Amino acid sequence: MSAKNPEYDFKWCPGCGDFGVRRALESAIQQRHADTGIAIENNVVVAGIGCSGNMVHLLEGDQPFGIHGVHGRTLPIAMGVKMTNPDLNVVVVAGDGDFLSIGLEHIGPQAGRNLNVCAVVMDNGVYGLTKGQSSPTSEIGMITSSTPYGKVEEKTHPLSLYLTLGVSYIASAMSSKVKDLATTIVDAMEHPGFSIVHVQSPCTTYNDTYELLKGSVKKGIEPQAWAIPDDHNSSDIRAASDLLSRGGIPLGLLYKDTTRPDFQSRIDSMTNMSGSKSTQDILDMLAI
Amino acid sequence: MDKDDLIVRFAGEGGQGVVTSAEGLAQAATQTGYNAQTFATFPSQILGGPTWTQTRISVNPVLSSGDELDILVCFNEQAYLNHSNSLSPEGVIVYNSAEFELTDNDSAIGIDFDELAKSTGNTRAANMVVIGALAELVSMKQDILDEFVTKKFTRGRSNDQEIIESNIKAMGLGRNEVKQRGISIGQLNPSKKPDYEQVLMNGNLAISLGAMHAGVDFFAGYPISPATPILLFMEKNLPAKGKFVFQVSSEIESITALVGAGFAGAKAMTSTAGPGLSLMSEGLGLAWMAEIPLVVVNVQRGGPATGLPTKTEQSDLMSTMFPAHGDIRLPVIAPGSVEECFHGAVTAVNWAERYQGPVILMSEMALSERNQNMRKPDLSKIPVEKRLVNMDTNGYQRYGQSGVSPMPIPGGPGSYVANGSEHDGIGDTTHLAERHVQMTHRRWNKIKVLEDGDFEAEFTDSAIALVPWGGTKGPAREAFDSLIKSGADIGWLYTMFLNPLPPDMLALLKQKELVIVPELNYQGQFSMVLRSLGVNAISITQYTGLPFKVKDLVERVTEQIESYKQGNK
Ligand SMILES: Cc1ncc(C[n+]2csc(CCOP(=O)(O)OP(=O)(O)O)c2C)c(N)n1
Ligand code: SF4
Ligand SMILES: [Mg+2]
Repeated sequence: MSAKNPEYDFKWCPGCGDFGVRRALESAIQQRHADTGIAIENNVVVAGIGCSGNMVHLLEGDQPFGIHGVHGRTLPIAMGVKMTNPDLNVVVVAGDGDFLSIGLEHIGPQAGRNLNVCAVVMDNGVYGLTKGQSSPTSEIGMITSSTPYGKVEEKTHPLSLYLTLGVSYIASAMSSKVKDLATTIVDAMEHPGFSIVHVQSPCTTYNDTYELLKGSVKKGIEPQAWAIPDDHNSSDIRAASDLLSRGGIPLGLLYKDTTRPDFQSRIDSMTNMSGSKSTQDILDMLAI
Repeated sequence: MDKDDLIVRFAGEGGQGVVTSAEGLAQAATQTGYNAQTFATFPSQILGGPTWTQTRISVNPVLSSGDELDILVCFNEQAYLNHSNSLSPEGVIVYNSAEFELTDNDSAIGIDFDELAKSTGNTRAANMVVIGALAELVSMKQDILDEFVTKKFTRGRSNDQEIIESNIKAMGLGRNEVKQRGISIGQLNPSKKPDYEQVLMNGNLAISLGAMHAGVDFFAGYPISPATPILLFMEKNLPAKGKFVFQVSSEIESITALVGAGFAGAKAMTSTAGPGLSLMSEGLGLAWMAEIPLVVVNVQRGGPATGLPTKTEQSDLMSTMFPAHGDIRLPVIAPGSVEECFHGAVTAVNWAERYQGPVILMSEMALSERNQNMRKPDLSKIPVEKRLVNMDTNGYQRYGQSGVSPMPIPGGPGSYVANGSEHDGIGDTTHLAERHVQMTHRRWNKIKVLEDGDFEAEFTDSAIALVPWGGTKGPAREAFDSLIKSGADIGWLYTMFLNPLPPDMLALLKQKELVIVPELNYQGQFSMVLRSLGVNAISITQYTGLPFKVKDLVERVTEQIESYKQGNK
């Protein structure tokens, strides 16, 4: 909406990875609209607080609904939306700080319920919006504004974390590969359960990792990112875990389990068990 | 001696039948035309532990659980040691002689409850032995009790008759023990059932039913005393197609899930107590800012932090009205009786829908477990409101107008961003001074649509008014009636709508020279609020974890009136 809204004054820095993620999300929503007829207003974007979350205001073209809530709470907000109206396509957009630090407590429960929403996490290994403090995915020893003598904690490994918590769809992607990312987001949205697309989305201002991710022959830097081989069996949790033990940042579909019922079907089967009584029935039972 | 009123305390160990006896008496009494109210306390441990429940029955409406006991029922010796000092001088003790012996007390009657029950062939009839003894002590006729037992145990099972007979026999055995001792505390006057239908329930149940009637279709909660029964009720009874109820992983999850649900069109509710409310701060601020309808039930307990989880207090007023950072003052409804719990819950949901924002229904421990008879609500006469929904497809601005405006619902027209940051008409973040001013006015103006709460006003000519809130209403009313009887010059103003206060009531309050607010907290929180609104209010406070005693209130209000008169001389 920003293009047409002079009042909205937030801008991503030039080269910010979030631009690519935005384009991928726009085209995923458009593509599903074209392919399956899902109306644009049936999409809800639930945004975290961070540079990344501002995406909800920066989407161009026909506008989905959005919630720009509070820091770290995208998943429970998304649950409220989805469990109120299962026909909505609910997408979470959040940063590594939002999703993995303050919001970490919400991943496990949604994995256990298999909430049918798609979370797109923009990992830049730093807190962008608050101007460059360390995040759970910053490297140990990294100097940031809040770690003047180097980061003390080990970094979190988001993909193994998701796997351990029982997330039923886990993909890893790069913001600069917009087409691949869009395809992945469509696939994740179509997954009948909780999906996370974890995107390396570098912060050009506070933690520019483009070179580290892609490598540089000239500087003799080995690329951190590597493509998950085509023969990887994504339905095999052991294979997924083996892949992760190779280190670096694997790109592609890591794990997908379509055998687990999603939250709505779990609730539906519970509902079938309850012999629901009306307020009047209960009042009658309490009559003196 | 004739009596209109009977106050009985049952004390013992959790699991000994303290609660079933107390509730049994309330049931029996209300079935036979009396009014009743119970007051329950809880042991802090899971099994066993000292506990007591008080039942007051009366030919008149019961306003408080009563100060002095007519009868103390002791299930063990500890109960006798702890509670015998609450007995009135004419009071009688009924005790479980299988547990201990009281030899030097002429007004103590030892009965082996369990042994007598066993002799009827129904070991579960011990509470009927107790009720029989109580009935004999106040010369209550047996035929009405027979009727009660017959009704209670006619359940369409093959052994109904057997159970009815053993229960009636058990009552007879209890009566005999009292007869043999020749003790009586007078005749409880008979009471007639009112000509309208009644129900007997507690505050938590009343809130749950009110919420159901109001159309709540999304409920998320996290267990916490004393609010847990609401969550459990909802989990059992709410599930149906298109409705969602779930125990989530924290109060942060409940409140933010409610925000998502309210945004997507649901009537969303959660129930909690102080510690949970504290965790909901930020989410409540979000709902206020983004204009999302939702209802939080806060059943107050005692103290900050974990405090006194099983005691009663009215110390959350400030944190419910001002739960979050920034300029915010949430609508608060605080019922003063079980009946008001029901109607307050309906209104809370209606208010949330009407002004499109968060509403707090504030109950308290003493109300949550209080069983009370009340007029059976005629559901067909209790209106249920729905929010205004946007149908405009043409570039609609959700936050564009100055007051309540139609709300777009995802899936329908008018897409916007529900934004917790300051925003413009379509919900995009903005930092413009004029926009913040405009939106602040918009949010505060919306509250005006809630200024339709009703209130009670009596003796409005007096320069002094007694103004209780919440569960203190009952004891305060009883104190007020007795003050009026003794010729005191004092008026009565009461509402459950604490914010916004009914404007006409506020106007009356401002005219008073002195407003006396009895409340169960240290700071005098409601009088602080009233003073900020220009009312000359002072508080009478108590923070023991227990409700006020009527006699203490009479004394303390009288002192205030006297010192006011002194000051005016
Ligand atoms: C409860 C709370 N604590 C702190 C903040 C301040 N804050 C805003 S964004 C942010 C971190 C953003 O980092 P990340 O989620 O990685 O997003 P990025 O800006 O890097 O995209 C913080 C700490 C806040 N808004 N709310
Ligand atoms: S600070 Fe970093 S994350 Fe934020 S907009 Fe700039 S480049 Fe992007
Ligand atoms: Mg970040």
